[in-house]
Amino acid sequence: MSPEKMVHMANQIATFFRTQPGDDQADRIASHFKDFWEPRMREQLLDYVAHGGAGLDELVLKATKRL
Amino acid sequence: MTSSTMVLDDRDMGTPAREGAPVTLTIDGFEVVVPAGTSVMRAAAEAGLSVPKLCATDSVAAFGSCRLCVVEIEGRRGTPASCTTPVAEGMVVRTQSDKVRRIRKGVMELYISDHPLDCLTCSANGDCELQDMAGAVGLRDVRYKPGENHYDPSATGARSQAEARLRMPEGEANPRYIRKDESNPYFTYDPSKCIVCSRCVRACEEVQGTFALTIEGRGFDSRVKAGAGADDFFASDCVSCGACVQACPTATLKEKSVVEFGTPTRSVVTTCAYCGVGCSFKAELNGDQLVRMVPYKNGKANRGHSCVKGRFAYGYANHKDRILNPMIRDRVDEPWREVSWEEAITFAADRMRGLQEKYGQKSIGVITSSRCTNEETFLVQKLARAVFGNNNTDTCARVCHSPTGYGLGQTFGTSAGTQDFDSVEHTDVVIVIGANPTDGHPVFASRLKKRLRAGAKLIVIDPRRIDLVRSPHIKAAHHLALRPGTNVAVVTAMAHVIVTEGLFDEAFIRERCDWDEFQHYAEFAADPQHSPEATELLTGVPAAELRAAARLFATGGNGAIYYGLGVTEHSQGSTTVMGIANLAMLTGNIGRKGVGVNPLRGQNNVQGSCDMGSFPHELPGYRHVKLPEVRAIFEKAWGVPIDPEPGLRIPNMLDAAVDGTFKGLYCQGEDILQSDPDTKHVAAGLAAMECVIVHDLFLNETANYAHVFLPGSTFLEKDGTFTNAERRINRVREVMAPRTGYADWEVTQLLANAMGAGWTYTHPSQVMAEIAATTPSFAGVTYELLDEKGSVQWPCNEKAPEGTPLMHIDGFVRGKGRFIVTDYVATDERTGARFPLLLTTGRILSQYNVGAQTRRTQNVLWHEEDRLEIHPHDAEVRGIKEGDWVKLASRSGETTLRAKLTDRVSPGVVYTTFHHPDTQANVITTDYSDWATNCPEYKVTAVQVGLSNGPSEWQESYAAQAERARRILPPAAE
Ligand code: SF4
Ligand code: SF4
Ligand code: SF4
Ligand code: FES
Repeated sequence: MSPEKMVHMANQIATFFRTQPGDDQADRIASHFKDFWEPRMREQLLDYVAHGGAGLDELVLKATKRL
Repeated sequence: MTSSTMVLDDRDMGTPAREGAPVTLTIDGFEVVVPAGTSVMRAAAEAGLSVPKLCATDSVAAFGSCRLCVVEIEGRRGTPASCTTPVAEGMVVRTQSDKVRRIRKGVMELYISDHPLDCLTCSANGDCELQDMAGAVGLRDVRYKPGENHYDPSATGARSQAEARLRMPEGEANPRYIRKDESNPYFTYDPSKCIVCSRCVRACEEVQGTFALTIEGRGFDSRVKAGAGADDFFASDCVSCGACVQACPTATLKEKSVVEFGTPTRSVVTTCAYCGVGCSFKAELNGDQLVRMVPYKNGKANRGHSCVKGRFAYGYANHKDRILNPMIRDRVDEPWREVSWEEAITFAADRMRGLQEKYGQKSIGVITSSRCTNEETFLVQKLARAVFGNNNTDTCARVCHSPTGYGLGQTFGTSAGTQDFDSVEHTDVVIVIGANPTDGHPVFASRLKKRLRAGAKLIVIDPRRIDLVRSPHIKAAHHLALRPGTNVAVVTAMAHVIVTEGLFDEAFIRERCDWDEFQHYAEFAADPQHSPEATELLTGVPAAELRAAARLFATGGNGAIYYGLGVTEHSQGSTTVMGIANLAMLTGNIGRKGVGVNPLRGQNNVQGSCDMGSFPHELPGYRHVKLPEVRAIFEKAWGVPIDPEPGLRIPNMLDAAVDGTFKGLYCQGEDILQSDPDTKHVAAGLAAMECVIVHDLFLNETANYAHVFLPGSTFLEKDGTFTNAERRINRVREVMAPRTGYADWEVTQLLANAMGAGWTYTHPSQVMAEIAATTPSFAGVTYELLDEKGSVQWPCNEKAPEGTPLMHIDGFVRGKGRFIVTDYVATDERTGARFPLLLTTGRILSQYNVGAQTRRTQNVLWHEEDRLEIHPHDAEVRGIKEGDWVKLASRSGETTLRAKLTDRVSPGVVYTTFHHPDTQANVITTDYSDWATNCPEYKVTAVQVGLSNGPSEWQESYAAQAERARRILPPAAE
């Protein structure tokens, strides 16, 4: 998947969970990735983060630490 | 009918059933107990006594015009009509006496005096109530001399039309004679045989709700008329549902197929394979010649009604384009080679296994279809999980209702509509949001309209003025014509009004929902930034109108919400579904008749394909693959380990294909190239795969990129079950043997076994047994139960042995209902200088989805091409006139189609359907999708529209590629 598309999708997820109450948003984003993203997609995301993660929402960055 | 399969008692009882306290009366010496309000005619029918009748039929209210049904009642004067006389306690009725016999004979004689005596050659011969009644009343003579009449074109005093032709072969000397109207492709109207009983007129009004028919003229001159002025049936408002044809007691309104093939002699009860209403039909046949489809009165989804698609549009089953032999090719630029089943299956299996060896276990996958049966779908996902050894299974529901699964799963705890369709009869206020039932779910629309005519209120939330907003005898109380993409803002603004004006149902919420979450939600909704006034600029919905709508919904009695793809196919699709669930919980509209949250499913088995574990993260019954206890059930049943990681969704498969890690696909009954967004990306993904297996009826668009084509069966050849939008499991029965030699489930089994599976199913009922054994909500489902009950709604298990019409009655499936904060996030798909208009998409009545079936029937007469609806104002500034070819462009691509100027769409919004492949509407749609489920954002695309002089380059190169890809080699000479 193109990096732009992946960044867009990941940020959309963060945007939703940011509005949710509580202080476990990053955990819930991480669970969403685990539940719905196939391992290849998660790897691509982690790889992207390892290369700087440009454009990713900070909540996504936080969540990827829990993957 | 000489033989029938699974037809339960479906006699015509004369008048509709009633609900009321029991009343006891005596008819012809038999004691009968019926609900108060029942007619004497129906009570007699309950006792097995039939009173002669002509103008009464149980689909419409009694009319009392023919006087054939007169009876004598002790203590009452005269001879009342039994169809219009309600029963009373202790009543003593006689249906036969000299007096009533005399009256009936006289009535019949009068009718027959203006009716030709051509029974032997009439298309209704053997299926005519006039004929039956002449027999039943003992009519032996007609004393009237032939005089003024409507049937004898020669006006020579002939008693039959055959005689009239002999006397005057070309004649039309009788000014009263009106020719047959053959304008409708499926049925004829022959006024010369009409007895003016008005059953058709009433069926069109009461059952269908279209009001296309009237009785024109007075007394002896009166005749049925479709539309006004010079209209024929086709030119009138008639939507060809066929209710009038079914109601007509004579040959006046008759299916052309019966005219051609004769009166059917056997019937099989089965289920429509078009939309998610899931209408039950009797398929009526002579031998294996299908003569007609008649909606089945005991069908609980449709109650004896249907639409043009289910009743008439089955001709595709015998269309010349159907492929009946398996075909293979090494590369997609080669022509197809017809081969034996064995060769095709071996070829496919070897390739798929080879890909796994070369690229890994996860390099192949399946797509199940919402058009296939539960049993077929179950086997296809099992193929991925147990034979491929991965979770790469997805379904076309991905692109329509996956947000329903996520949204309702999160809030209520289960992914399904909460009601049955009957529930609408108890509704007081209905919200229809992002759905167009009169086109998409016609039979549900008819039932809804009936309730609206009886006084229920309607709120429509849709960018376009759909037919329901204003149609005969119906007017929506509010139409919130929002800008595409602002559903969440509108739904949250409604919640704002309900919360801040204190209109919520506190008792319900305290008892049934999580109170803390509610309080948090209430605080969120009450924020002034969510008020209708604050959001008006964004949504385009006048604040006062929105407030009034919210108040009506909260205070108007039983409130029900029905929604469709206009809700789900957005980047915030899942959020809107949660917002809808919030509204229902806020107002306490869950858990009883007349309320609830009801997704209107697109295709016939969307519900079933989701239930059956088609999604890559869920095993059957919506249980995540990560759960060891769930995997254990299937590992035990299948004897293989199940992958605990979610698999690829359709868009992810295509992405992975382009990336080179996904190489093989078995795609059953689904045309992703035409139906999925961003066609160029789909084409690139398919082109990158090394083995694409398409299992379908026709060489569809996806097959242009396929290496193996396995011919499929139509629903007429299928044996299994479909599950409709009400969670109702209906039987689909084999009406005729599969024309390709194998049923679809057998083909999947062949492929699985060629890959070493060792499956041994010999009948789909064994697949259902496996579903029941592994999936708690189906635990009680068996074919025997379905045959006995006709249908059941899941959950069907020990707790609910006869199924579950209403869900969440005493508590939510997940325990406490959850309020979820639904903040509006603007889609990134925005209009700007280059693409200033918003495109939204939909469907129309006569066509179905990508149109593969309906385009191959006479339904094309109603919809020859897709058109772009554009507001006259937007058209004018672009110099576009009605019918002009226009170019439609987005950042993804461009296509051309013809324009239709209408104020149904607001300025700034354009609309089109997607039924024809040449339109290539999905070249325009983008790869944006729902945040939670990747359901594509079909409903909002920023576009520009301009005049054009013909098809776009892409359309032309696509058409050329498609033509090349569809070549089939002539069979090799022996
Ligand atoms: S086919 Fe349906 S819509 Fe048309 S006239 Fe008959 S009942 Fe009315
Ligand atoms: S067309 Fe048929 S149903 Fe209609 S009035 Fe004539 S006989 Fe009756
Ligand atoms: S298409 Fe839908 S409404 Fe029409 S007959 Fe089939 S199931 Fe019923
Ligand atoms: S059937 Fe009762 S009046 Fe016609």
